[in-house]
Amino acid sequence: MINDLFFMNGYGLYVWSAFAFTLLSFISLFIVTKIQYTKEKNKFIVKFGTLNSERASFAKSQSINKEILSNTSII
Amino acid sequence: MFKYFEPNKIFSITSKAPKYVLFLFIVIFSIGLTEALILSPEDYKQSHSVRIMYVHVPAAWISLGIFSSITFLSVVGYIFKIRNFFLISKSLAPSGLVFNIVALVTGSIWGKPTWGTWWAWDARITSMLILALFFVMYLVAWRIYENNDNDKVYKITSIITLVGIINIPIIKYSVEWWNTLHQPASINILSKSAIHTSMLIPLLIMTAAFALFSLLIFLMKYNTELIKIKNKGLDRL
Repeated sequence: MINDLFFMNGYGLYVWSAFAFTLLSFISLFIVTKIQYTKEKNKFIVKFGTLNSERASFAKSQSINKEILSNTSII
Repeated sequence: MFKYFEPNKIFSITSKAPKYVLFLFIVIFSIGLTEALILSPEDYKQSHSVRIMYVHVPAAWISLGIFSSITFLSVVGYIFKIRNFFLISKSLAPSGLVFNIVALVTGSIWGKPTWGTWWAWDARITSMLILALFFVMYLVAWRIYENNDNDKVYKITSIITLVGIINIPIIKYSVEWWNTLHQPASINILSKSAIHTSMLIPLLIMTAAFALFSLLIFLMKYNTELIKIKNKGLDRL
């Protein structure tokens, strides 16, 4: 049973490599997108921290800024 | 109507959605993999190599769907000056390109045992390669012009998608217009499909999983773009 699943009548190498490539592409795209998100978010937090209290309270009055600051991680 | 597409309104939803989409993707992808690799039958002609179809076909369908959506959003966005449509298009493009590459590479892997070659300059395969080049051009245009001039990047990316959309019917009908190595479509929405239910069900499950993955990447990318805009806004304060 396991051998059948692994070798698939001699087509195992083709089938498994196609599925492995797909999975690898998905994982790579997910990681790259996640890194980009984290980078932008950290940049936002650093910039927000450098604002003086008047500007910070003005920026915080925008709901989207509050959302960005409140969500520590999307996943 | 377009006020509902305001980024401020959308972000509260898009920032929370990815974790649920990821969970759903993992569940459906696991079911799809079990069906595709273990439960579905082998083909009487192609034997087990037919299982490559379960990643190759959904990837191709979704990359075509994403490019068509990008074109629609870019054109409507350009006509009605809806900036958010360009953001949505830009966020869809990376997963479109990756699905296109997956379709090309898995097709090539499938071609070796089926046709005896990794690659052929066949109409379907070549037109899919051209689609990948359009995705690359679209993303490169954003990378080059994004920080200089918004109007220019909107115009250039809209032109790229408008030229690229001509390729979509060519991809679809290439197997009918020319003698190709690639087989004709087995699944028709309007007429009876030439594929058995035992293979159709895993194919549809895998398509649903791939669609969820592209939604997940889209949401993450879209949130990144919104934060990028907000970063620029903080610079101006």
